[in-house]
Amino acid sequence: MASQTWIIAALVEHKPGVLYKVSNMFRRRNFNIESISVGATEQGMARMTITITGDESTVEQLVKQMAKLVDIVKVSTLQPGNSVVRELALIKVHIPNTTARSDVIQYANIFRGRVVDVSPESLTIEVTGTSDKINAFIELMRSFGVMELARTGITALARGPKIIKVK
Amino acid sequence: MNMMTGAQILVEALKKEGVDVIFGLPGGAILPVFDVLYDSDIRFILVRHEQCSAHMAEGYAKASGRVGVCMVTSGPGATNLVTGITDAYMDSVPIVAFTGQVPRSMIGKDGFQEADIIGITMPITKYNVQIRSAKEIPYEVKKAFFLASTGRTGPVLIDLPKDTQTETTVPEFPEKVSVRGYHPDHEPHPLQVKKAAQLLLKGEKPLILAGGGVISSNASPELMAVAEHLVAPVATSLMGKGAIPENHPLSLGVLGMHGTREANKLILEADLLLAVGLRFSDRTTGKFDEFASDCKIIHIDIDAAEIGKNVPADIPLVTDAKRGLKDLYKALTELSDKKDNTTWMKRVQELRDLFRSEPEVKDSNLKPPKLMKELRSLLPPDTIVTTEVGQNQMWASLFFKVYKPRTFITSGGLGTMGFGFPAAIGAKVAVPNVPVVDIAGDGSFIMTEQELACSVTEEIPVVVLVLNNRMLGMVAQWQRLFYQRRYSAVELGDVPDFVKLAEAYGAQGMRVQSYEEFRKAVNEAVKSEVTTVIDVPISPEENVFPMVPAGKSLRETITGE
Repeated sequence: MASQTWIIAALVEHKPGVLYKVSNMFRRRNFNIESISVGATEQGMARMTITITGDESTVEQLVKQMAKLVDIVKVSTLQPGNSVVRELALIKVHIPNTTARSDVIQYANIFRGRVVDVSPESLTIEVTGTSDKINAFIELMRSFGVMELARTGITALARGPKIIKVK
Repeated sequence: MNMMTGAQILVEALKKEGVDVIFGLPGGAILPVFDVLYDSDIRFILVRHEQCSAHMAEGYAKASGRVGVCMVTSGPGATNLVTGITDAYMDSVPIVAFTGQVPRSMIGKDGFQEADIIGITMPITKYNVQIRSAKEIPYEVKKAFFLASTGRTGPVLIDLPKDTQTETTVPEFPEKVSVRGYHPDHEPHPLQVKKAAQLLLKGEKPLILAGGGVISSNASPELMAVAEHLVAPVATSLMGKGAIPENHPLSLGVLGMHGTREANKLILEADLLLAVGLRFSDRTTGKFDEFASDCKIIHIDIDAAEIGKNVPADIPLVTDAKRGLKDLYKALTELSDKKDNTTWMKRVQELRDLFRSEPEVKDSNLKPPKLMKELRSLLPPDTIVTTEVGQNQMWASLFFKVYKPRTFITSGGLGTMGFGFPAAIGAKVAVPNVPVVDIAGDGSFIMTEQELACSVTEEIPVVVLVLNNRMLGMVAQWQRLFYQRRYSAVELGDVPDFVKLAEAYGAQGMRVQSYEEFRKAVNEAVKSEVTTVIDVPISPEENVFPMVPAGKSLRETITGE
């Protein structure tokens, strides 16, 4: 079966150890996490967004194994084509001269990024969007020199009124 | 309610769950609880090694259908439980384990006897939790028993920091708990049930494979009803042994690596497989890709994650075995009268006659298959048999016929040597009025033999039958068959003398050299009021046949001829 990227969204109990339970299950069952982002959400729960690469039977087994964990309240897969998918990156770019400075600011504007920190030798830019867009922006910055880079991993919601319901 | 300490609350919560026996061993970090247990009516069975407390809890749970409880201290006490908990996890045995822990302020400081048992046991428990205040105890205990005993049953661990045991609070004991991420009751989809029934009725050569789920959900009557309606032969996994009486005309015995020849042959000929309450372990199926590849498969299991994990199902039914089989039987009877499977049953009978008509080998040595058959004829039908792991286990599986569910207790998934003896003690505590016999090998028995002390002092008499080949027999068998008889580290020698060993612990020891002595010894041992070890010397050259080599398909059964 063809390997592709899947987005899995899970509502979990927001308490210590739950992330470990989930990531440990991935390791034990030989699944590979591409990216994972976690943050608090409604009703004392946290939302995990996990991307993995695999075929359909792999993702089906993975979702079932996740659903089995008592602290996972609800888990489902999101269709990448029908979801709002975002990632945030902070990129510290080396600024050797003033031309570079204005170029970088211009590029940041084109990518709807924001300059969030300035120093004589560097600019730090915040950019959000799909992973592809962020990759493209980072590639563009390489010619100036990327000093440091931090990415959140993707987070996502289904388009339209559809939500992950808790029973 | 008045103010109570965490320890008092715990013991009260255990009483509310109906716990009347705990297996374990105390230590510093759990002393406040043991101090409260001193005044309680709960029977505490002191083990000599913590691993055995979990195995005893398993034996208790398997024999009785109730949750088994074990309790140990922090650090090494807790880590010694790991093998037992893993064993329970692999075989879905409902146990609740309590561990002491260093005080909350010491956690993470590498204190004396601190171990991160929550981190360690996460992948081997259905659920685990560290208590953070005495107030949480009633809810977490209720939740632990609920989780352990419902859905796909399994082990739950509660870790109790020492100061939560002494902290005082006014407890609130919940009547029931609900966990928002846990919904154990799955009703089978009516349409799927109907489709399954239609498919089953169409099959000309149906075969049923029953697993441990049939036994844990007490679904044997429902299994029999479906099997008899379809006139379908029933094989079992090792964990399912006892789901159908093995003297029933439809019983084929155990399927798999050491399955009966008729079971392993008929699964290759069947056109339809109804698999109930099992996870398609590689020991049952052989090579996954080639298992039942010409069959349509209906798979009933309470755990949705088991469906399609190892073997794909044509019709999945996510529900517990009892409910699934009950609904299926109803659908079958609505659609058709009892089936007529004369041709298929003739084939079943033909193979059975062929394989069972072989003359017994005339040999003055004590032969394990014959010993197993003799043992069966000597024991009452409801006798509980446990096994160790290795050749002894497979001889028992193949040749000791089990007539009732919950009377055959073995370590399937983990294959834990040393399991059988403590499990036998736990089973005897649960069902004191029937004989309990551990079918053992010398290698396994030595691993937990120290529980003879527990068995004798606690007056829990069981019988240990040591098939003594002075070898790690199964490993030796593999080395004999697949490693050119290069016996690397398998020879145990004649040490110890099991008769003297038993006597040293205050138990009874016997050695038998003939079938007649064997019969006499077993008859005496089951009546004995003290644990009896029967040493049965057998040849180190004995193999368990039939056998399917690891990683091969059931087609490649070796019969030893």
